[in-house]
Amino acid sequence: MPANPMTLESLAPAIAEIWLIAAICIVLLVDVFAGERRRGLTPTLTLLALALGAALTVQYGEVARRTLLFEGLYVADELGWALKLAGFLIVAVALLYSRAYLENRSILRGEYYVLSLTALLGIFVLVSANSLLTLYIGVELLALSVYSMVAFDRDSGVSAESAMKYFVLGALASGALLYGMSLIYGLTGTLSLSEIAARLHGPANPGLILGLTFIVVAVAFKLGAVPFHMWLPDVYEGAPTSVTLFIGTAPKIAYFALALRLLAYGLGGLVSEWSQMLAALAVLTLIVGNVVAIVQTNLKRMLAYSTIANIGFIVLGFVAGTPEGYSAALYYTLVYVLVALGSFGVILLAASKGFEADRLDDYKGLYQRDPMLALAMMVLMFSTAGVPPFVGFWAKLRIFQVLWESNHLWLVVIAAAMSVVGAYYYLRVIKLMYFDPPAQALPPTARSTGVRFALGLNALAVLALGLLPGPLLDLCARLIHS
Amino acid sequence: MITLGQLLTLSGIVFSLAVAGIFLNRKNVILLLMCVELLLLAANFNFIAFSRYLNDINGQVFVFFILTVAAAESAIGLAILVVLFRERRSINVEDLNTLKG
Repeated sequence: MPANPMTLESLAPAIAEIWLIAAICIVLLVDVFAGERRRGLTPTLTLLALALGAALTVQYGEVARRTLLFEGLYVADELGWALKLAGFLIVAVALLYSRAYLENRSILRGEYYVLSLTALLGIFVLVSANSLLTLYIGVELLALSVYSMVAFDRDSGVSAESAMKYFVLGALASGALLYGMSLIYGLTGTLSLSEIAARLHGPANPGLILGLTFIVVAVAFKLGAVPFHMWLPDVYEGAPTSVTLFIGTAPKIAYFALALRLLAYGLGGLVSEWSQMLAALAVLTLIVGNVVAIVQTNLKRMLAYSTIANIGFIVLGFVAGTPEGYSAALYYTLVYVLVALGSFGVILLAASKGFEADRLDDYKGLYQRDPMLALAMMVLMFSTAGVPPFVGFWAKLRIFQVLWESNHLWLVVIAAAMSVVGAYYYLRVIKLMYFDPPAQALPPTARSTGVRFALGLNALAVLALGLLPGPLLDLCARLIHS
Repeated sequence: MITLGQLLTLSGIVFSLAVAGIFLNRKNVILLLMCVELLLLAANFNFIAFSRYLNDINGQVFVFFILTVAAAESAIGLAILVVLFRERRSINVEDLNTLKG
Protein backbone atom coordinates (compact mmCIF):
# COMPACT_ATOMS: atom_id res chain seq x y z
CA MET A 1 0.00 0.00 0.00
CA PRO A 2 1.41 3.42 -0.95
CA ALA A 3 2.63 5.58 1.92
CA ASN A 4 0.68 8.85 1.95
CA PRO A 5 2.44 11.89 3.39
CA MET A 6 0.65 12.72 6.63
CA THR A 7 -0.99 16.12 6.67
CA LEU A 8 -3.50 17.65 9.04
CA GLU A 9 -6.27 17.23 6.45
CA SER A 10 -5.49 13.56 6.01
CA LEU A 11 -6.18 13.03 9.73
CA ALA A 12 -9.76 14.32 9.37
CA PRO A 13 -11.36 10.84 9.11
CA ALA A 14 -9.98 10.06 12.60
CA ILE A 15 -11.57 13.18 14.10
CA ALA A 16 -13.87 11.15 16.37
CA GLU A 17 -10.95 9.41 18.15
CA ILE A 18 -8.80 12.55 18.31
CA TRP A 19 -11.64 14.57 19.79
CA LEU A 20 -12.49 11.83 22.26
CA ILE A 21 -8.91 11.62 23.59
CA ALA A 22 -8.88 15.41 24.10
CA ALA A 23 -12.30 15.22 25.78
CA ILE A 24 -11.12 12.44 28.15
CA CYS A 25 -8.21 14.61 29.30
CA ILE A 26 -10.46 17.64 29.78
CA VAL A 27 -13.15 15.74 31.69
CA LEU A 28 -10.52 14.12 33.91
CA LEU A 29 -8.91 17.48 34.76
CA VAL A 30 -12.17 19.33 35.29
CA ASP A 31 -13.40 16.55 37.55
CA VAL A 32 -10.28 16.76 39.70
CA PHE A 33 -10.62 20.51 40.16
CA ALA A 34 -14.42 20.56 40.54
CA GLY A 35 -14.12 18.50 43.72
CA GLU A 36 -16.95 17.13 45.82
CA ARG A 37 -19.18 20.20 45.80
CA ARG A 38 -19.83 20.54 42.07
CA ARG A 39 -20.62 16.88 41.31
CA GLY A 40 -23.06 17.75 38.55
CA LEU A 41 -20.38 19.31 36.37
CA THR A 42 -18.74 16.10 35.07
CA PRO A 43 -21.93 14.41 33.75
CA THR A 44 -22.99 17.59 31.95
CA LEU A 45 -19.53 18.10 30.49
CA THR A 46 -19.40 14.47 29.32
CA LEU A 47 -22.74 14.73 27.52
CA LEU A 48 -21.56 17.99 25.95
CA ALA A 49 -18.32 16.33 24.80
CA LEU A 50 -20.30 13.46 23.23
CA ALA A 51 -22.66 15.85 21.43
CA LEU A 52 -19.76 17.95 20.14
CA GLY A 53 -17.90 14.81 19.08
CA ALA A 54 -20.91 13.63 17.08
CA ALA A 55 -21.21 17.07 15.45
CA LEU A 56 -17.49 17.10 14.53
CA THR A 57 -17.75 13.57 13.13
CA VAL A 58 -20.72 14.55 10.95
CA GLN A 59 -18.92 17.70 9.80
CA TYR A 60 -15.41 16.41 9.09
CA GLY A 61 -15.31 12.65 9.56
CA GLU A 62 -17.26 11.44 6.55
CA VAL A 63 -15.18 9.93 3.77
CA ALA A 64 -16.26 9.58 0.15
CA ARG A 65 -14.56 6.19 -0.24
CA ARG A 66 -12.56 3.65 1.77
CA THR A 67 -9.24 5.24 2.82
CA LEU A 68 -6.33 3.77 4.78
CA LEU A 69 -4.62 5.94 7.39
CA PHE A 70 -1.55 5.59 9.63
CA GLU A 71 0.39 3.23 7.35
CA GLY A 72 -2.63 1.00 6.87
CA LEU A 73 -3.32 0.44 10.56
CA TYR A 74 -6.61 2.28 10.39
CA VAL A 75 -9.39 2.22 7.84
CA ALA A 76 -11.89 5.02 7.37
CA ASP A 77 -15.07 3.96 5.63
CA GLU A 78 -18.75 4.72 5.77
CA LEU A 79 -19.45 1.76 8.06
CA GLY A 80 -16.98 3.00 10.67
CA TRP A 81 -18.36 6.51 10.38
CA ALA A 82 -21.95 5.41 10.95
CA LEU A 83 -21.05 3.05 13.81
CA LYS A 84 -19.12 5.84 15.54
CA LEU A 85 -22.12 8.15 15.35
CA ALA A 86 -24.25 5.33 16.77
CA GLY A 87 -21.64 4.89 19.53
CA PHE A 88 -21.81 8.56 20.52
CA LEU A 89 -25.60 8.41 20.65
CA ILE A 90 -25.80 5.14 22.59
CA VAL A 91 -23.28 6.15 25.25
CA ALA A 92 -24.95 9.55 25.66
CA VAL A 93 -28.36 7.94 26.18
CA ALA A 94 -26.89 5.32 28.53
CA LEU A 95 -25.24 8.02 30.68
CA LEU A 96 -28.43 10.08 30.67
CA TYR A 97 -30.44 7.11 32.00
CA SER A 98 -27.80 6.25 34.62
CA ARG A 99 -27.38 9.56 36.40
CA ALA A 100 -30.14 9.29 39.03
CA TYR A 101 -29.24 5.66 39.73
CA LEU A 102 -25.59 6.55 40.34
CA GLU A 103 -26.62 9.42 42.60
CA ASN A 104 -28.87 7.14 44.69
CA ARG A 105 -26.02 4.64 45.21
CA SER A 106 -23.47 7.42 45.92
CA ILE A 107 -21.25 6.23 43.08
CA LEU A 108 -21.71 9.35 40.96
CA ARG A 109 -17.99 9.94 40.46
CA GLY A 110 -15.98 11.45 37.66
CA GLU A 111 -14.14 8.16 37.07
CA TYR A 112 -17.36 6.51 35.94
CA TYR A 113 -17.73 9.03 33.13
CA VAL A 114 -14.05 8.92 32.18
CA LEU A 115 -14.18 5.11 32.01
CA SER A 116 -17.29 5.29 29.81
CA LEU A 117 -15.40 7.58 27.45
CA THR A 118 -12.30 5.35 27.34
CA ALA A 119 -14.55 2.37 26.63
CA LEU A 120 -16.10 4.36 23.79
CA LEU A 121 -12.61 5.15 22.50
CA GLY A 122 -11.87 1.41 22.49
CA ILE A 123 -15.05 0.84 20.49
CA PHE A 124 -13.99 3.47 17.94
CA VAL A 125 -10.51 1.99 17.55
CA LEU A 126 -12.03 -1.46 17.06
CA VAL A 127 -14.60 -0.24 14.56
CA SER A 128 -11.92 1.35 12.35
CA ALA A 129 -9.21 -1.26 12.71
CA ASN A 130 -7.44 -2.56 9.63
CA SER A 131 -4.67 -4.45 11.38
CA LEU A 132 -4.49 -7.22 13.97
CA LEU A 133 -2.59 -4.78 16.21
CA THR A 134 -5.29 -2.09 16.09
CA LEU A 135 -7.98 -4.71 16.67
CA TYR A 136 -6.19 -6.01 19.76
CA ILE A 137 -5.63 -2.52 21.19
CA GLY A 138 -9.30 -1.68 20.66
CA VAL A 139 -10.51 -4.91 22.28
CA GLU A 140 -8.29 -4.37 25.33
CA LEU A 141 -9.08 -0.68 25.75
CA LEU A 142 -12.77 -1.51 25.76
CA ALA A 143 -12.43 -4.56 28.00
CA LEU A 144 -10.16 -2.97 30.62
CA SER A 145 -12.49 0.03 30.97
CA VAL A 146 -15.51 -2.22 31.33
CA TYR A 147 -13.85 -4.50 33.97
CA SER A 148 -13.28 -1.47 36.19
CA MET A 149 -16.82 -0.22 35.65
CA VAL A 150 -18.27 -3.56 36.77
CA ALA A 151 -16.30 -3.33 40.05
CA PHE A 152 -17.35 0.29 40.52
CA ASP A 153 -19.82 -0.18 43.36
CA ARG A 154 -17.34 -1.26 46.01
CA ASP A 155 -19.93 -1.78 48.75
CA SER A 156 -22.42 -3.86 46.80
CA GLY A 157 -21.16 -7.31 47.82
CA VAL A 158 -21.48 -9.05 44.46
CA SER A 159 -20.02 -6.50 42.08
CA ALA A 160 -16.36 -7.29 42.90
CA GLU A 161 -17.02 -11.01 42.49
CA SER A 162 -18.67 -10.55 39.09
CA ALA A 163 -15.85 -8.21 38.03
CA MET A 164 -13.28 -10.87 38.96
CA LYS A 165 -15.09 -13.54 36.95
CA TYR A 166 -15.43 -11.17 34.02
CA PHE A 167 -11.76 -10.24 34.25
CA VAL A 168 -10.39 -13.78 34.32
CA LEU A 169 -12.64 -15.09 31.53
CA GLY A 170 -12.12 -11.93 29.49
CA ALA A 171 -8.36 -12.23 29.84
CA LEU A 172 -8.61 -15.88 28.76
CA ALA A 173 -10.49 -14.73 25.66
CA SER A 174 -7.85 -12.08 24.91
CA GLY A 175 -5.16 -14.74 25.28
CA ALA A 176 -6.95 -17.00 22.81
CA LEU A 177 -7.42 -14.07 20.42
CA LEU A 178 -3.70 -13.22 20.59
CA TYR A 179 -2.61 -16.82 20.13
CA GLY A 180 -4.87 -17.11 17.09
CA MET A 181 -3.57 -13.81 15.73
CA SER A 182 0.03 -14.91 16.18
CA LEU A 183 -0.61 -18.08 14.16
CA ILE A 184 -2.37 -16.14 11.40
CA TYR A 185 0.52 -13.65 11.40
CA GLY A 186 3.07 -16.42 11.17
CA LEU A 187 1.34 -18.19 8.32
CA THR A 188 0.46 -15.13 6.22
CA GLY A 189 3.45 -12.95 7.17
CA THR A 190 1.47 -9.76 7.70
CA LEU A 191 -0.61 -7.99 10.34
CA SER A 192 -2.75 -5.96 7.95
CA LEU A 193 -6.28 -7.31 7.50
CA SER A 194 -6.50 -6.31 3.83
CA GLU A 195 -3.15 -7.99 3.16
CA ILE A 196 -4.23 -11.13 5.00
CA ALA A 197 -7.41 -11.21 2.90
CA ALA A 198 -5.32 -10.88 -0.26
CA ARG A 199 -2.92 -13.68 0.72
CA LEU A 200 -5.52 -16.22 1.81
CA HIS A 201 -6.58 -18.31 -1.13
CA GLY A 202 -6.48 -21.90 -2.15
CA PRO A 203 -7.00 -24.78 0.28
CA ALA A 204 -6.61 -23.90 3.95
CA ASN A 205 -3.73 -25.58 5.78
CA PRO A 206 -4.12 -27.06 9.30
CA GLY A 207 -2.15 -24.24 10.94
CA LEU A 208 -4.55 -21.63 9.60
CA ILE A 209 -7.52 -23.67 10.79
CA LEU A 210 -5.96 -23.87 14.27
CA GLY A 211 -5.43 -20.09 14.35
CA LEU A 212 -8.96 -19.56 13.06
CA THR A 213 -10.38 -21.79 15.80
CA PHE A 214 -8.68 -19.73 18.51
CA ILE A 215 -10.03 -16.54 16.95
CA VAL A 216 -13.58 -17.89 16.64
CA VAL A 217 -13.47 -18.99 20.30
CA ALA A 218 -12.30 -15.51 21.35
CA VAL A 219 -14.99 -13.75 19.31
CA ALA A 220 -17.63 -16.10 20.76
CA PHE A 221 -16.36 -15.32 24.28
CA LYS A 222 -16.57 -11.59 23.69
CA LEU A 223 -20.04 -11.83 22.15
CA GLY A 224 -21.28 -14.24 24.80
CA ALA A 225 -22.16 -17.19 22.54
CA VAL A 226 -22.77 -20.60 24.19
CA PRO A 227 -20.66 -22.48 25.40
CA PHE A 228 -18.52 -19.39 26.14
CA HIS A 229 -21.33 -17.44 27.84
CA MET A 230 -20.64 -18.30 31.52
CA TRP A 231 -19.56 -14.78 32.43
CA LEU A 232 -22.52 -12.98 30.93
CA PRO A 233 -25.40 -13.73 33.36
CA ASP A 234 -23.15 -13.23 36.42
CA VAL A 235 -21.83 -9.92 35.17
CA TYR A 236 -25.28 -8.66 34.17
CA GLU A 237 -26.66 -9.56 37.59
CA GLY A 238 -23.68 -8.53 39.71
CA ALA A 239 -22.80 -5.22 38.09
CA PRO A 240 -24.66 -2.02 39.04
CA THR A 241 -27.65 -1.73 36.68
CA SER A 242 -26.22 1.35 34.99
CA VAL A 243 -23.10 -0.64 34.10
CA THR A 244 -25.24 -3.55 32.89
CA LEU A 245 -26.99 -1.06 30.63
CA PHE A 246 -23.59 0.07 29.33
CA ILE A 247 -22.24 -3.46 28.76
CA GLY A 248 -25.45 -4.58 27.13
CA THR A 249 -25.43 -1.85 24.51
CA ALA A 250 -22.37 -0.06 23.09
CA PRO A 251 -19.84 -2.97 23.25
CA LYS A 252 -22.19 -5.16 21.17
CA ILE A 253 -21.59 -2.80 18.24
CA ALA A 254 -17.85 -3.11 18.79
CA TYR A 255 -17.94 -6.91 18.90
CA PHE A 256 -20.10 -6.96 15.78
CA ALA A 257 -17.36 -4.87 14.13
CA LEU A 258 -14.71 -7.26 15.51
CA ALA A 259 -16.45 -10.24 13.91
CA LEU A 260 -16.98 -8.35 10.67
CA ARG A 261 -13.46 -6.95 10.28
CA LEU A 262 -11.66 -10.05 11.47
CA LEU A 263 -13.74 -12.94 10.16
CA ALA A 264 -15.67 -11.50 7.22
CA TYR A 265 -13.01 -9.15 5.80
CA GLY A 266 -9.64 -10.43 7.02
CA LEU A 267 -10.31 -14.16 7.05
CA GLY A 268 -12.94 -14.06 4.31
CA GLY A 269 -10.98 -16.73 2.45
CA LEU A 270 -11.80 -19.23 5.19
CA VAL A 271 -15.53 -18.47 5.16
CA SER A 272 -16.63 -22.08 4.66
CA GLU A 273 -14.64 -23.18 7.75
CA TRP A 274 -15.73 -20.47 10.18
CA SER A 275 -19.30 -20.44 9.01
CA GLN A 276 -19.62 -24.11 10.07
CA MET A 277 -18.12 -23.37 13.49
CA LEU A 278 -20.44 -20.40 13.95
CA ALA A 279 -23.48 -22.46 12.88
CA ALA A 280 -22.85 -24.93 15.72
CA LEU A 281 -22.32 -22.07 18.20
CA ALA A 282 -25.47 -20.29 17.01
CA VAL A 283 -27.69 -23.35 17.50
CA LEU A 284 -26.38 -23.94 21.03
CA THR A 285 -26.69 -20.23 21.82
CA LEU A 286 -30.31 -20.01 20.67
CA ILE A 287 -31.36 -23.12 22.59
CA VAL A 288 -29.54 -22.42 25.88
CA GLY A 289 -30.33 -18.68 25.89
CA ASN A 290 -34.05 -19.09 25.36
CA VAL A 291 -34.63 -22.19 27.49
CA VAL A 292 -32.63 -21.04 30.52
CA ALA A 293 -34.22 -17.57 30.44
CA ILE A 294 -37.60 -19.17 31.24
CA VAL A 295 -36.63 -20.27 34.76
CA GLN A 296 -35.08 -16.95 35.86
CA THR A 297 -36.64 -14.94 38.67
CA ASN A 298 -34.28 -11.99 38.39
CA LEU A 299 -35.10 -9.58 35.55
CA LYS A 300 -31.46 -8.60 34.94
CA ARG A 301 -30.51 -12.28 34.71
CA MET A 302 -33.46 -12.98 32.45
CA LEU A 303 -32.38 -10.14 30.17
CA ALA A 304 -28.85 -11.58 30.24
CA TYR A 305 -30.11 -14.89 28.84
CA SER A 306 -32.26 -12.92 26.41
CA THR A 307 -29.04 -11.17 25.30
CA ILE A 308 -27.45 -14.57 24.74
CA ALA A 309 -30.46 -15.61 22.64
CA ASN A 310 -30.21 -12.41 20.61
CA ILE A 311 -26.48 -12.93 20.10
CA GLY A 312 -27.47 -16.27 18.58
CA PHE A 313 -29.41 -14.40 15.90
CA ILE A 314 -26.50 -12.03 15.22
CA VAL A 315 -24.17 -15.02 14.82
CA LEU A 316 -26.72 -16.59 12.43
CA GLY A 317 -26.35 -13.53 10.20
CA PHE A 318 -22.63 -14.29 9.94
CA VAL A 319 -23.29 -17.99 9.27
CA ALA A 320 -24.91 -17.03 5.97
CA GLY A 321 -21.46 -15.74 4.93
CA THR A 322 -22.77 -13.24 2.36
CA PRO A 323 -22.87 -9.42 2.39
CA GLU A 324 -26.66 -9.71 2.81
CA GLY A 325 -26.04 -11.84 5.91
CA TYR A 326 -23.63 -9.29 7.40
CA SER A 327 -26.07 -6.44 6.74
CA ALA A 328 -28.86 -8.46 8.41
CA ALA A 329 -26.55 -9.01 11.40
CA LEU A 330 -25.75 -5.28 11.50
CA TYR A 331 -29.46 -4.45 11.40
CA TYR A 332 -30.15 -6.96 14.16
CA THR A 333 -27.33 -5.55 16.30
CA LEU A 334 -28.56 -1.96 15.98
CA VAL A 335 -32.15 -2.98 16.73
CA TYR A 336 -31.07 -5.11 19.68
CA VAL A 337 -29.02 -2.24 21.13
CA LEU A 338 -31.98 0.15 20.79
CA VAL A 339 -34.29 -2.25 22.63
CA ALA A 340 -31.68 -3.12 25.31
CA LEU A 341 -31.14 0.60 26.02
CA GLY A 342 -34.85 0.94 26.69
CA SER A 343 -35.29 -2.24 28.76
CA PHE A 344 -32.41 -1.49 31.13
CA GLY A 345 -33.55 2.14 31.17
CA VAL A 346 -36.89 0.95 32.56
CA ILE A 347 -35.09 -0.98 35.35
CA LEU A 348 -33.05 2.14 36.16
CA LEU A 349 -36.21 4.25 36.39
CA ALA A 350 -38.04 1.70 38.52
CA ALA A 351 -35.12 1.49 40.97
CA SER A 352 -34.72 3.93 43.83
CA LYS A 353 -32.53 4.41 46.88
CA GLY A 354 -31.95 1.01 48.51
CA PHE A 355 -34.24 -0.76 46.01
CA GLU A 356 -32.74 -2.43 42.94
CA ALA A 357 -36.03 -3.35 41.17
CA ASP A 358 -34.28 -6.33 39.61
CA ARG A 359 -36.63 -9.17 40.61
CA LEU A 360 -39.48 -10.07 38.30
CA ASP A 361 -41.86 -9.81 41.29
CA ASP A 362 -40.98 -6.11 41.59
CA TYR A 363 -42.79 -5.55 38.30
CA LYS A 364 -46.15 -7.00 39.40
CA GLY A 365 -48.83 -4.39 38.92
CA LEU A 366 -46.44 -1.82 37.48
CA TYR A 367 -49.33 -0.62 35.29
CA GLN A 368 -51.22 0.69 38.32
CA ARG A 369 -48.17 2.38 39.80
CA ASP A 370 -46.70 3.89 36.67
CA PRO A 371 -48.67 3.42 33.41
CA MET A 372 -46.11 5.19 31.23
CA LEU A 373 -43.23 2.98 32.36
CA ALA A 374 -45.36 -0.15 31.90
CA LEU A 375 -46.33 0.95 28.39
CA ALA A 376 -42.69 1.56 27.41
CA MET A 377 -41.67 -1.84 28.80
CA MET A 378 -44.55 -3.51 26.94
CA VAL A 379 -43.42 -2.00 23.62
CA LEU A 380 -39.82 -3.12 24.25
CA MET A 381 -40.81 -6.65 25.29
CA PHE A 382 -43.12 -7.07 22.27
CA SER A 383 -40.27 -5.93 20.08
CA THR A 384 -37.72 -8.43 21.47
CA ALA A 385 -40.33 -11.18 21.27
CA GLY A 386 -40.61 -10.37 17.56
CA VAL A 387 -44.25 -9.29 17.48
CA PRO A 388 -45.16 -7.10 14.48
CA PRO A 389 -45.36 -4.14 13.94
CA PHE A 390 -42.41 -3.53 16.26
CA VAL A 391 -38.89 -3.38 14.86
CA GLY A 392 -37.72 -6.65 16.43
CA PHE A 393 -40.00 -8.51 14.04
CA TRP A 394 -38.21 -7.15 10.96
CA ALA A 395 -34.80 -7.88 12.45
CA LYS A 396 -35.70 -11.54 12.97
CA LEU A 397 -37.43 -11.78 9.60
CA ARG A 398 -34.37 -10.42 7.79
CA ILE A 399 -32.15 -13.05 9.44
CA PHE A 400 -34.59 -15.81 8.41
CA GLN A 401 -34.57 -14.45 4.84
CA VAL A 402 -30.79 -14.47 4.44
CA LEU A 403 -30.54 -17.96 5.95
CA TRP A 404 -33.26 -19.17 3.58
CA GLU A 405 -31.44 -17.66 0.60
CA SER A 406 -28.14 -19.26 1.61
CA ASN A 407 -29.80 -22.71 1.96
CA HIS A 408 -29.60 -23.11 5.74
CA LEU A 409 -33.18 -24.34 6.12
CA TRP A 410 -32.57 -26.34 9.31
CA LEU A 411 -31.21 -23.21 10.99
CA VAL A 412 -34.35 -21.30 10.04
CA VAL A 413 -36.48 -24.01 11.64
CA ILE A 414 -34.46 -24.01 14.89
CA ALA A 415 -34.37 -20.21 15.09
CA ALA A 416 -38.11 -19.93 14.49
CA ALA A 417 -38.89 -22.58 17.13
CA MET A 418 -36.64 -20.83 19.64
CA SER A 419 -38.29 -17.47 18.93
CA VAL A 420 -41.58 -19.03 19.98
CA VAL A 421 -40.00 -20.32 23.22
CA GLY A 422 -38.54 -16.86 23.77
CA ALA A 423 -41.89 -15.15 23.31
CA TYR A 424 -43.13 -16.94 26.44
CA TYR A 425 -40.85 -15.18 28.91
CA TYR A 426 -41.12 -11.77 27.25
CA LEU A 427 -44.90 -11.96 27.36
CA ARG A 428 -44.73 -13.13 30.99
CA VAL A 429 -43.18 -9.77 31.92
CA ILE A 430 -46.12 -8.00 30.27
CA LYS A 431 -48.59 -10.25 32.11
CA LEU A 432 -46.89 -9.45 35.44
CA MET A 433 -47.04 -5.71 34.77
CA TYR A 434 -50.63 -5.52 33.56
CA PHE A 435 -52.62 -8.35 35.13
CA ASP A 436 -51.03 -9.19 38.49
CA PRO A 437 -51.70 -7.24 41.67
CA PRO A 438 -48.61 -5.59 43.25
CA ALA A 439 -46.94 -7.96 45.74
CA GLN A 440 -46.33 -5.45 48.50
CA ALA A 441 -45.86 -1.72 48.92
CA LEU A 442 -42.97 -0.75 46.65
CA PRO A 443 -41.15 2.58 46.51
CA PRO A 444 -42.39 4.94 43.76
CA THR A 445 -40.61 5.05 40.40
CA ALA A 446 -38.31 7.94 39.48
CA ARG A 447 -40.09 11.08 38.29
CA SER A 448 -37.35 12.93 36.39
CA THR A 449 -39.04 14.40 33.30
CA GLY A 450 -35.98 14.51 31.01
CA VAL A 451 -35.15 10.83 31.41
CA ARG A 452 -38.81 9.79 31.00
CA PHE A 453 -38.97 11.85 27.83
CA ALA A 454 -35.83 10.12 26.48
CA LEU A 455 -37.25 6.70 27.37
CA GLY A 456 -40.52 7.61 25.66
CA LEU A 457 -38.60 8.59 22.52
CA ASN A 458 -36.67 5.32 22.75
CA ALA A 459 -39.88 3.26 22.85
CA LEU A 460 -41.39 5.42 20.10
CA ALA A 461 -38.32 4.76 17.92
CA VAL A 462 -38.89 1.01 18.36
CA LEU A 463 -42.45 1.46 17.07
CA ALA A 464 -41.56 3.95 14.31
CA LEU A 465 -38.70 1.84 12.92
CA GLY A 466 -41.07 -1.12 12.97
CA LEU A 467 -43.71 0.75 10.95
CA LEU A 468 -41.10 2.07 8.49
CA PRO A 469 -38.31 -0.54 8.38
CA GLY A 470 -37.10 0.41 4.89
CA PRO A 471 -34.64 3.29 5.51
CA LEU A 472 -32.59 1.53 8.22
CA LEU A 473 -32.50 -1.73 6.24
CA ASP A 474 -31.25 0.11 3.15
CA LEU A 475 -28.70 1.99 5.24
CA CYS A 476 -27.31 -1.28 6.67
CA ALA A 477 -27.05 -2.80 3.21
CA ARG A 478 -25.23 0.30 1.92
CA LEU A 479 -22.82 0.38 4.87
CA ILE A 480 -21.78 -3.23 4.39
CA HIS A 481 -21.18 -2.70 0.67
CA SER A 482 -19.16 0.51 1.21
CA MET B 1 20.27 -24.13 15.91
CA ILE B 2 16.82 -23.92 17.41
CA THR B 3 14.12 -24.47 14.80
CA LEU B 4 10.81 -22.66 14.47
CA GLY B 5 8.98 -25.89 15.26
CA GLN B 6 10.73 -26.20 18.64
CA LEU B 7 9.86 -22.61 19.54
CA LEU B 8 6.22 -23.11 18.58
CA THR B 9 6.07 -26.32 20.61
CA LEU B 10 7.40 -24.48 23.65
CA SER B 11 4.84 -21.69 23.28
CA GLY B 12 2.11 -24.30 22.82
CA ILE B 13 3.16 -26.00 26.06
CA VAL B 14 3.21 -22.67 27.94
CA PHE B 15 -0.22 -21.78 26.56
CA SER B 16 -1.70 -25.15 27.58
CA LEU B 17 -0.18 -24.86 31.05
CA ALA B 18 -1.77 -21.44 31.47
CA VAL B 19 -5.22 -22.61 30.33
CA ALA B 20 -4.97 -25.71 32.54
CA GLY B 21 -3.94 -23.47 35.43
CA ILE B 22 -7.01 -21.26 35.02
CA PHE B 23 -9.42 -24.19 34.91
CA LEU B 24 -7.84 -26.53 37.46
CA ASN B 25 -6.82 -23.97 40.10
CA ARG B 26 -9.34 -23.99 42.95
CA LYS B 27 -7.29 -22.22 45.61
CA ASN B 28 -5.99 -18.78 44.96
CA VAL B 29 -7.06 -15.86 42.77
CA ILE B 30 -3.47 -14.59 42.51
CA LEU B 31 -2.53 -17.83 40.76
CA LEU B 32 -5.28 -17.07 38.22
CA LEU B 33 -3.66 -13.70 37.51
CA MET B 34 -0.30 -15.39 37.04
CA CYS B 35 -1.84 -17.84 34.56
CA VAL B 36 -3.33 -14.94 32.63
CA GLU B 37 0.16 -13.42 32.33
CA LEU B 38 1.54 -16.76 31.16
CA LEU B 39 -1.14 -16.88 28.47
CA LEU B 40 0.00 -13.57 27.05
CA LEU B 41 3.65 -14.60 27.25
CA ALA B 42 2.93 -17.71 25.20
CA ALA B 43 1.43 -15.51 22.48
CA ASN B 44 4.48 -13.20 22.72
CA PHE B 45 6.75 -16.17 22.21
CA ASN B 46 4.89 -17.06 19.01
CA PHE B 47 5.11 -13.52 17.69
CA ILE B 48 8.84 -13.27 18.30
CA ALA B 49 9.50 -16.67 16.78
CA PHE B 50 7.52 -15.85 13.64
CA SER B 51 8.99 -12.38 13.44
CA ARG B 52 12.52 -13.83 13.43
CA TYR B 53 11.56 -16.56 10.99
CA LEU B 54 9.81 -14.18 8.56
CA ASN B 55 12.44 -11.48 9.01
CA ASP B 56 9.62 -9.01 9.63
CA ILE B 57 9.85 -6.44 12.42
CA ASN B 58 6.06 -5.99 12.87
CA GLY B 59 5.74 -9.04 15.09
CA GLN B 60 8.23 -7.66 17.58
CA VAL B 61 6.44 -4.30 17.65
CA PHE B 62 3.25 -6.18 18.45
CA VAL B 63 5.04 -7.79 21.41
CA PHE B 64 5.82 -4.39 22.90
CA PHE B 65 2.14 -3.50 22.72
CA ILE B 66 1.17 -6.81 24.35
CA LEU B 67 3.64 -6.26 27.19
CA THR B 68 2.21 -2.79 27.84
CA VAL B 69 -1.37 -4.04 27.76
CA ALA B 70 -0.41 -6.95 30.04
CA ALA B 71 0.94 -4.46 32.59
CA ALA B 72 -2.32 -2.47 32.49
CA GLU B 73 -4.30 -5.68 32.70
CA SER B 74 -2.54 -6.95 35.81
CA ALA B 75 -2.91 -3.52 37.43
CA ILE B 76 -6.68 -3.70 36.95
CA GLY B 77 -6.79 -7.36 37.97
CA LEU B 78 -4.96 -6.64 41.21
CA ALA B 79 -7.19 -3.62 41.88
CA ILE B 80 -10.29 -5.81 41.56
CA LEU B 81 -8.59 -8.37 43.82
CA VAL B 82 -8.04 -5.71 46.51
CA VAL B 83 -11.73 -4.70 46.37
CA LEU B 84 -12.70 -8.37 46.58
CA PHE B 85 -10.45 -9.00 49.56
CA ARG B 86 -11.71 -5.94 51.47
CA GLU B 87 -15.22 -7.23 51.09
CA ARG B 88 -14.78 -10.99 51.61
CA ARG B 89 -11.58 -11.23 53.69
CA SER B 90 -10.59 -14.11 51.41
CA ILE B 91 -9.08 -14.64 47.97
CA ASN B 92 -10.09 -18.27 47.71
CA VAL B 93 -11.55 -19.20 44.33
CA GLU B 94 -14.13 -21.43 46.03
CA ASP B 95 -15.53 -18.45 47.92
CA LEU B 96 -16.54 -16.78 44.66
CA ASN B 97 -19.91 -18.51 44.66
CA THR B 98 -22.53 -15.89 45.45
CA LEU B 99 -23.50 -15.74 41.77
CA LYS B 100 -24.66 -18.97 40.24
CA GLY B 101 -22.38 -18.97 37.20
